[in-house]
Amino acid sequence: MSDTAEQLSTFIATTILKQPKRAIDDAEPLISNGLIDSFSLMDLALFVEDTFGVRLEDTELNADTFDNLTQLTSLIESRKK
Amino acid sequence: MTTCSQQLKALHARTPERVAVYLQFSGREDLPITYDQLLQGANAYASTLRLAGIKPGNVVVLILQHGEDLIYAFWGTILYGAIPAIMPFLTEKLSPERYHADLATLVSVTKPSAIITYPEFEAEIQLTLSDEASSCSVLTIDRLAQKTALNFDSLAGFSRNPESIVLLQHSSGTTGLQKGVALSHQAVFNQLNAYGQSLDLNGSDVIVSWLPLYHDMGLIAGFIMPVLSGVPLVLSSPFDWVRAPYKLLQSISKYRGTLVWFPNFAYNFSAQKIRDRHIEGVDLSSLRAIINCSEPVRWESHQAFYERFKMYGMRLEMLQTSYAMAENVFSVTQSSLGGVPPVDEIDREAFMMEHVAKDSVEGQPSIKMMSSGKPISNVKVRILDEYGQELAERVVGEIALQSNSMLTGYYNRPDLSEKAFRDGWYLTGDYGYMANGELFVSGRKKDMIIVGGKNVYPQDLELLTYEVPGVHAGRSVAFGMFDETQGTEQVVIIAEVDSENMNDQQKVADAIRLHVTKNSAIALRYVKVVGPQWILKTSSGKTARSANKEKFMKELEEDK
Repeated sequence: MSDTAEQLSTFIATTILKQPKRAIDDAEPLISNGLIDSFSLMDLALFVEDTFGVRLEDTELNADTFDNLTQLTSLIESRKK
Repeated sequence: MTTCSQQLKALHARTPERVAVYLQFSGREDLPITYDQLLQGANAYASTLRLAGIKPGNVVVLILQHGEDLIYAFWGTILYGAIPAIMPFLTEKLSPERYHADLATLVSVTKPSAIITYPEFEAEIQLTLSDEASSCSVLTIDRLAQKTALNFDSLAGFSRNPESIVLLQHSSGTTGLQKGVALSHQAVFNQLNAYGQSLDLNGSDVIVSWLPLYHDMGLIAGFIMPVLSGVPLVLSSPFDWVRAPYKLLQSISKYRGTLVWFPNFAYNFSAQKIRDRHIEGVDLSSLRAIINCSEPVRWESHQAFYERFKMYGMRLEMLQTSYAMAENVFSVTQSSLGGVPPVDEIDREAFMMEHVAKDSVEGQPSIKMMSSGKPISNVKVRILDEYGQELAERVVGEIALQSNSMLTGYYNRPDLSEKAFRDGWYLTGDYGYMANGELFVSGRKKDMIIVGGKNVYPQDLELLTYEVPGVHAGRSVAFGMFDETQGTEQVVIIAEVDSENMNDQQKVADAIRLHVTKNSAIALRYVKVVGPQWILKTSSGKTARSANKEKFMKELEEDK
């Protein structure tokens, strides 16, 4: 797992799911499986912005844009300058 | 006494070109809809219902997302004299199977004559209807009647009398969909008159809302009241708000918004998630009130919101409160605009042990209770004990009310309608006390959970948990736990399994989270899977929700 994915995974398990020991697979669906609800999507977007300096627009906060760690990681990597 | 159709006609005659609704969509220009456009659009739906053979007085279920069609279909159904009921649209969170089960529940009780929806959704709805052997027609928005000139005399809505039912309101979930609150034209206007008075609603107001129209706060305060009062409405959707809460503040600034309704959690959510860069140049000084309603009101939430946005023209006296319910159309009480809702600091022990709100004592633990305001002019409120006797000031009991805006009944459920009243007083199921004419709401009689303003019945969630392999019937408990940071309740589910193995338990926890979320569209904050004998039962074998909640909270504290 990449550093980015690792950081995202820790944030999701600890802050969103409140299960720090919970492992999240790279390919595990996050939004469509109900792990991340709409209230927490905004938290995730703010975390991404603060941690990686990458902005996610509100229109991108849905399962069509990213639904697992691999997709979110590559979205972040593609925007990092 | 007037009807909704007559009121719309009068507004149309007076100011046809005035904008009734500015409809907002993410990533698109706002769409203004004038009264003339509103009535033209609605007229097409009225004609469609007529051509489909729907009769005035029949129920029409609207399954449409935020947008023009929902607005036109709603008013068109009323102009036609039929009864609209808005059902939430299927979201990606909810499983299609559960959605069909919910729809089947609604259809079996409400017996609609038509469902209006999108063409893409027609086949799925037909499937549910065929299971229910219903004679309901499905009308899709791509097959509307040809636009004809607006002719008020031909619209059956104008021959409805004020006592007839104008609309149905449902709350969500299996339990909520079985009880549609039926409201008459008269009840709606009595509410709008009394509530408009206490808000001093006037021609210079602008209401800004992101609330869903399938919920009473959104439907009445954020839709029907502005449209029928000639007050412009700026309307976005909950789906867009939760992803970009700052846009609401931008809209207040842009349209000089004066009134907004929020459930309590939205104060915390806005204060925590909005960044300064999102609201550069935003000016909130046009606001008269943001009204906290639909879940317990928290002084701390108002403080946080005020502190966060005072730089942008927010003043503490803009933050107001109301206590409302669909059964009374909407508002029961409202705090006085211009002032700050009174905060009652009471002694915690007397409150917990004696159920009395006594003044706090220096050095003793206290609770800050914020008033929900005074009864509006058409409502009488009483606090009753379990025998229906009125209690003294500052004694906690069940909130009961009487008004001329009460529901006609739960649609097709005379059994429930009868049970809702005691000696002519409607029993709310909420606990509270009165002090100096102000209502303080303190809790609930039922185990219902309110998450972000949405009512959730724990028994619905427990039943879903039993469907997960590994969980036996009767061995799960669901309850709400107040979260200070979020300003709302969060759902906790505990389930017992036979295995003590952590890995096995984790797998079941994941399965519960997925299954319950997919089937209730409720996000679960804590899912705890435990070994045998964890869950406490009462002597009769029932699950004691409050005892299990205490046990869970104690363990959570110990884990810290």
